[in-house]
Amino acid sequence: MNFDPRFAGRSFTSVGTRPIRPDGVDKVTGRARYGADFNMAGQLVGRVLRSPHAHAKIRKIDTSKAEQLPGVKAVITAADLPDLTDGDAGMYDILDNCMARTKALYDGHAVAAVAAVDARTARQALKLIEVDYELLPHVTDVDEAMKHSAPLVNDAIFTEGLEQKPVKPSNVAKRSQFGHGDVHQGFGQADFVVERSFKTEQTHQGYIEPHACVASVSSDGTADLWVCTQGHFVYRQHCAQLLGLEASKLRVTSSEIGGGFGGKTHVWAEPVALALSRKAGRPVKLVMTRDEVFRASGPTSATSIDVKIGARKDGTITAAEATLRYTSGPYAGMWAELGAMTAFACYKLDNVKTVGYEVLVNRPKTAAYRAPSAPMAAFAVESAVDELAKQIGIDPVEFRIKNAAQEGTRSSYGPVYGPIGIGPTLEAAKNHPHMKAPLKENQGRGMACGFWFNFGGQTCTDLNIGMDGSVSLAVGTVDVGGSRASLSLVAAEELGIDYSHVKAIVADTSSLGYNDMTDGSRGTFSSSMATISAARNAIRVLRERAAQMWDVPVDDVHWEQGHAIARGEKYGNLSPLSLKEIAAQSGKTGGPIAGHSELVADGAGVSFATHICDIEVDPETGATRVIRYTVVQDAGKAVHPTYVEGQYQGGAAQGIGWALNEEYIYGKDGRLQNPGFLDYRIPVCSDLPMIDTQILEIPNPNHPYGVRGVGETSIVPPLAAIANAVSNAAGVRMTHIPMSPPRILAAIEAEREG
Amino acid sequence: MVEVTLWGSLGALAGGQSKVEIEAKDIRELFRKLAEQYPGLEPLIEKGIAVAIDGTIYRDTWSKELPEGAEIFLLPRLAGG
Repeated sequence: MNFDPRFAGRSFTSVGTRPIRPDGVDKVTGRARYGADFNMAGQLVGRVLRSPHAHAKIRKIDTSKAEQLPGVKAVITAADLPDLTDGDAGMYDILDNCMARTKALYDGHAVAAVAAVDARTARQALKLIEVDYELLPHVTDVDEAMKHSAPLVNDAIFTEGLEQKPVKPSNVAKRSQFGHGDVHQGFGQADFVVERSFKTEQTHQGYIEPHACVASVSSDGTADLWVCTQGHFVYRQHCAQLLGLEASKLRVTSSEIGGGFGGKTHVWAEPVALALSRKAGRPVKLVMTRDEVFRASGPTSATSIDVKIGARKDGTITAAEATLRYTSGPYAGMWAELGAMTAFACYKLDNVKTVGYEVLVNRPKTAAYRAPSAPMAAFAVESAVDELAKQIGIDPVEFRIKNAAQEGTRSSYGPVYGPIGIGPTLEAAKNHPHMKAPLKENQGRGMACGFWFNFGGQTCTDLNIGMDGSVSLAVGTVDVGGSRASLSLVAAEELGIDYSHVKAIVADTSSLGYNDMTDGSRGTFSSSMATISAARNAIRVLRERAAQMWDVPVDDVHWEQGHAIARGEKYGNLSPLSLKEIAAQSGKTGGPIAGHSELVADGAGVSFATHICDIEVDPETGATRVIRYTVVQDAGKAVHPTYVEGQYQGGAAQGIGWALNEEYIYGKDGRLQNPGFLDYRIPVCSDLPMIDTQILEIPNPNHPYGVRGVGETSIVPPLAAIANAVSNAAGVRMTHIPMSPPRILAAIEAEREG
Repeated sequence: MVEVTLWGSLGALAGGQSKVEIEAKDIRELFRKLAEQYPGLEPLIEKGIAVAIDGTIYRDTWSKELPEGAEIFLLPRLAGG
């Protein structure tokens, strides 16, 4: 990579402004095309048959009657998706999740699929498929699943991470541990110790757009996939591997995306659609219903967490310890590990220990959800921190400031921090007018901080300059929150032209080199780095062309504010050449002008946020109302402040839903009881106050503009901030998320009864 | 020679050590020599391990140099949403 990513400390013309996003008009007028909006001639309707059982052996599947139904063009089972994963355990899990092979592992697990001429025929065909199940005992609760007596979800899983290899299979796929110092000694130095257990229920990312795709496999072995995804290059890799296709022969085009938040980071139905198309010889459109989205796609973990924190009278934390148990669905994951890494990351601790357990249960395969695993850990830790501050008699903000990590602090997950923003976010929260606003009866205020890593990854970008001087920017990271606007600003900044002359698109997988998906808060961080690099490469070409037009050495030509300048006394009479003038002559100076970049954008800076929340609790019903909410977060550099604020507000809104209402409810039969937005209640506009935001800019030293990722951290503090607010309003410590009215009422009544 | 710190669970696969010393100029050489000296680590390296150099986390830049005296810390490869 011939590119210096270090922070340059420059001033900006375009970056930091707030133009309208290029996809805005299409989205508000309904012209934008999402996953289900694409159609092909002769396309069939795909539908999936799902297990009604939480855990069952599949003895036999008879598809003959369905195949004979007029209008049915293909029926597939796991036999049509043979195992081509070559020992890759992670991919095998994805394959098994797309189509159950020997066992149905959760209510909603796909067992067969059909492609038919219309939806009615497809539904009829599903009813004609006969599946012979042998029911098995199931387990859905995280703590129950850890018991020795629990039914085994997968008897091939032996706990990893133990010093001695276990001899018996277990529902605990892995144990992980982080920390430093001696917590036993640390607790010995403490004057106050808080020790509590917490639970959080499973939630869904709640993206409004369901999973949707159109697949078309040709008889010559090439294929097209139009799909709603956070990473079309990753989907191409997954689908190509699972179907035995050459990646270059599968072109994947990403549609607009109606939310993903981590839930669209690996394939669910897409290999099924491709397999159906391959068998039917016609394009197949497969769109999940909301019921299917809930039952069979990406929820986050349910958790059970024990926290113990000790501090001296002067407010110094002496030791911190947590045990974190996270469900991962029926497959191994790294969710508890991430919780264990992030739990105490906000604090400067001499003695800290966290242990994580990945727990298999008969629930859908856990997927990432915006800063995966960190919100639940933060809920437990920040609740205990608040309680400890209260015991000591110190203001909770001052307590956090006193113990906040800073540059040079050894993080709880290991390395020493560089420049970080936890201290400034806490100071900003302390000085925010929100903290001083009066509260009324039954209202409580809570605050909490949160941490997330962020990362970069493989990125490829093309920048093409048309003969009219306008610029096309082709990126490979899916735009989930306004990145096309941000990246256009970056291109305009580098080239020295107006934003309105740049048009950014998300290119398909056959038009651009590989890009990692838009996750880990990497979209704008990574693609802005690649855009800067591509623009600088284009500027080099522009300088060369200007040198030709002037017939001067290229080394004497410089680029300033969108113009080539010939520097030197002998060029005094040469007027600067604008980008537009150089582009107009490109056909005569060597052809098209373009800049390309491929790089690995590593060095994403870690991110911190502090949230403040006011809640009113009705002591008669346990109902809550969010009165006021403020987000303070470090963005490094906000390229497009409006969309940074949007990320902050979006994370807070999702966190409010998670904290107060959202919950997967399973019956004793292991079936999901509330797979719809009527019974699984995400917040709507009337549930939310205007969420105030404050952007801090502490530059990331590993990005030319200082950019940090901003997409995920905003969901980390809300569960804790809201729990602290509710606890203060209700006068009782809340330890179970969501804090739905019945749970709050029960806590209030239990407190009254002593 | 750089000193490399392994996260808690990783140490068990390196003979119970939490720190190892490796002669390596960059991440690529570090991974190669770790796999040679501690074969138990190889499957994890294959799956992906991140390297923190003086606090900055690198997931994919295997050409990144390991400066003399830098703090080198191995971490699980992160997932994101």
